[in-house]
Amino acid sequence: MVLKHVNAVVVGAGAGGGVVAKELATAGLSVVLLERGKWYSAFDNRKDDLRNQRNPTLGNSFGPDEERNPRVFVDEQGQEHLVKPSNGEYNNNAACVGGGTACYGALAWRFMEKDFRMRSTYGTVEGSTLEDWPISYADLEPYYEKAEWEIGVSGDDSNNIFRAPRRCPLPMPPLPPNRECEILKPAAQRLGLHPFDEPMFRNSVPYNGRAACMRCRWCVGFACEVDAKNGTQNTVIPTALATGNCELRSECMVKEILTDPQGRVKGVAYFDSQSRLQEQSADVVVVSGSANESARLLLNSKSRLFPEGLGNRYDWVGRNLHGHAWAGARGLFDFELYDDLGPGCGLGICDFNHGNQGLIGGGLLSNEFIRLPYQFVGGWQAPGVPSWGRVHKRYMRQWYRRSMMVAAEIQEMPVFESRVQVDPKVKDYWGIPVVRLSGHCHPNNQVVGKFMAPKAEAILKEAGAIATWTFLPGTGLSGGQHQAGTCRMGDDPKTSVVDKYCRVHDVDNLFVMDGSVHVVNGGFNPALTIMAIAYYASDNLVKSWKGMHGAS
Amino acid sequence: MLIAELYVPDLILIRADVTWVTDRAGRAGAYCRSAPERDRKVEPAYRFSRRKFLQAAMAVAAATGTGVGCAGSRSPWRFLTVDEARTLAAICDQIIPEDEDPGAAWAGVVNYIDLQLCGPLQHLRNSYRQGIAAVDKSSRVLYGADFAGLAEAKQVELLTMMEQGRAPSEIWKQNSSQEFFALLVDQTMQGFYGDPRHGGNRDHASWKMLGVPYPPIRGRLHYDVSKL
Repeated sequence: MVLKHVNAVVVGAGAGGGVVAKELATAGLSVVLLERGKWYSAFDNRKDDLRNQRNPTLGNSFGPDEERNPRVFVDEQGQEHLVKPSNGEYNNNAACVGGGTACYGALAWRFMEKDFRMRSTYGTVEGSTLEDWPISYADLEPYYEKAEWEIGVSGDDSNNIFRAPRRCPLPMPPLPPNRECEILKPAAQRLGLHPFDEPMFRNSVPYNGRAACMRCRWCVGFACEVDAKNGTQNTVIPTALATGNCELRSECMVKEILTDPQGRVKGVAYFDSQSRLQEQSADVVVVSGSANESARLLLNSKSRLFPEGLGNRYDWVGRNLHGHAWAGARGLFDFELYDDLGPGCGLGICDFNHGNQGLIGGGLLSNEFIRLPYQFVGGWQAPGVPSWGRVHKRYMRQWYRRSMMVAAEIQEMPVFESRVQVDPKVKDYWGIPVVRLSGHCHPNNQVVGKFMAPKAEAILKEAGAIATWTFLPGTGLSGGQHQAGTCRMGDDPKTSVVDKYCRVHDVDNLFVMDGSVHVVNGGFNPALTIMAIAYYASDNLVKSWKGMHGAS
Repeated sequence: MLIAELYVPDLILIRADVTWVTDRAGRAGAYCRSAPERDRKVEPAYRFSRRKFLQAAMAVAAATGTGVGCAGSRSPWRFLTVDEARTLAAICDQIIPEDEDPGAAWAGVVNYIDLQLCGPLQHLRNSYRQGIAAVDKSSRVLYGADFAGLAEAKQVELLTMMEQGRAPSEIWKQNSSQEFFALLVDQTMQGFYGDPRHGGNRDHASWKMLGVPYPPIRGRLHYDVSKL
């Protein structure tokens, strides 16, 4: 059966792909949105403390399927490991309609102006491919605003004196603070810092026909029971489908992007939900599979004209994989902090993102999401407390409700050797070569981590902690839910994969629109920036489409 | 020492508060481990005779295709043998001992591990089979008795040796005692602090202990999604 030709195929229905599908469909293009995962509601993906995006002890709940989708992870010693999605080394995000936005912590950060000009700000960094973005914050500002209003963001950053200029305030006020925030905010202010209510993709009031957050504790890692957490699955994707121009096909695994003899793409080959091989022809292909899977798809799309994969003429596809590094401090208090109010995280401090004497970059400080009891076991023991036995049990009983964490989300320096390849031997259920991850973090993580962790600790102490201890970033490969960088955006085709409009340099009808294009991933959760870039690049795609085909 | 009455709240989840033992004459029997007052508060409707209990266990095992096949015909567990479950219960009860709040064995951690070894944690079956055997063997070599029969101080001593990698190396050739102990600690914590739906945390005992409200998703009570 030959499938009807469409104007555009979008691969991946996450933060990027959902926005692209909506923008193209509302502009009148016919769109097929392919997603390898399922479309979950909170009712068929129930809240499960041992089986969720953050804690896959008993399996991962937002996809991909545990058995069908292996990866190869090469550790720092060069040892290969075959890993499943529930293994940490897999660096899984999520595979479902909405992608990571179906289960994320939902922080809706704009990057800062300097995050787009890192090379100009800090110069060449040894061991890193640090570069300026080919676009500026000002180019993205209108699209940040569009994302904030269409997806829905609450918060109030008017107290953040470091923020980049914005034309328009956030559409929703912040959620009222929980006890942690009530205690941390004045403490941070006493230290001369500038705490404010973080922007979140979370309804603080009814918005766009959906309810306000019910403040339950089970937020990050879970689907929302009242649909108050905003992702692409409950905003732009339904809008795209409502136009009648977009067809969503879930449980479809794209095998490769097909090219014609002239070197233009002509569609994709994919396995449908019955594992039948299908071909979908299209005028334009947009890849939005996240940094790991987008790179894999380009690398797996080999042909006579593109023997090393699409966009990979200069060996840049899959390079510079990075995410964020984490440092911070935990503290114990002699009074109760537990007030049963989710989502927990709510206070942001941007005093240390840039301008730290002698340092390259910096990061955001924030309090952490609420931890469920089993999460408190791992990593929350104060140094010297045994990990089992009578003393451990007493520790749990005494401190579970009297603890707090402040974490630093550190901007990483991209490393050329940290990369996604396709494995020469291992294939997935459909016979497609799988992602092979290898590399390490830049040592700057340690330097900045050692600077940030005491800042976090100082806030906890000022807030009244009677015991505190710090933690520093690891040295292994980074990526995970914040994965970025593998299809870098740039003006020079020799040192990047896509141009400033997300178009693959040597293929004029192939685009990448997701975190892969981030030159450097800022010191913030990347979802809002991924969406803003998708709005921005789609806007340009639609304009050039109408230029070629005439306004309709 | 045979106790005829057993608490079987659900035919699928056979509770871990019941430990099966073999007496000196080799007869299989069962007793309620740490059978305090709270065990007697069960609904009478759920009380079974031992024979009925065994029949029920066999029926469940036959219906689900697990249990009897891998654990031996006399075990009420899905994967573990009677002896393994007894040793495991004793280990778990040192990892999270009973104090003013219930310990791991009462809370059903053995049931959690047994259930998950027939599900998402199947790949750990060999680790448990070899590891538990090695714990008992170490116990016999060092103290002349099975682990479950040791006094608390000796049990803690042996577990500490495992934790520090000092357990008899001739017994722990196949897998490291440190690795197995870390696994035991982690999965005891999962079974004790995780949601009761996974087979442990009986009566959400650990959540009561921590002061975590139940049901845990409180917001659900405040909203009726159908009226939005």
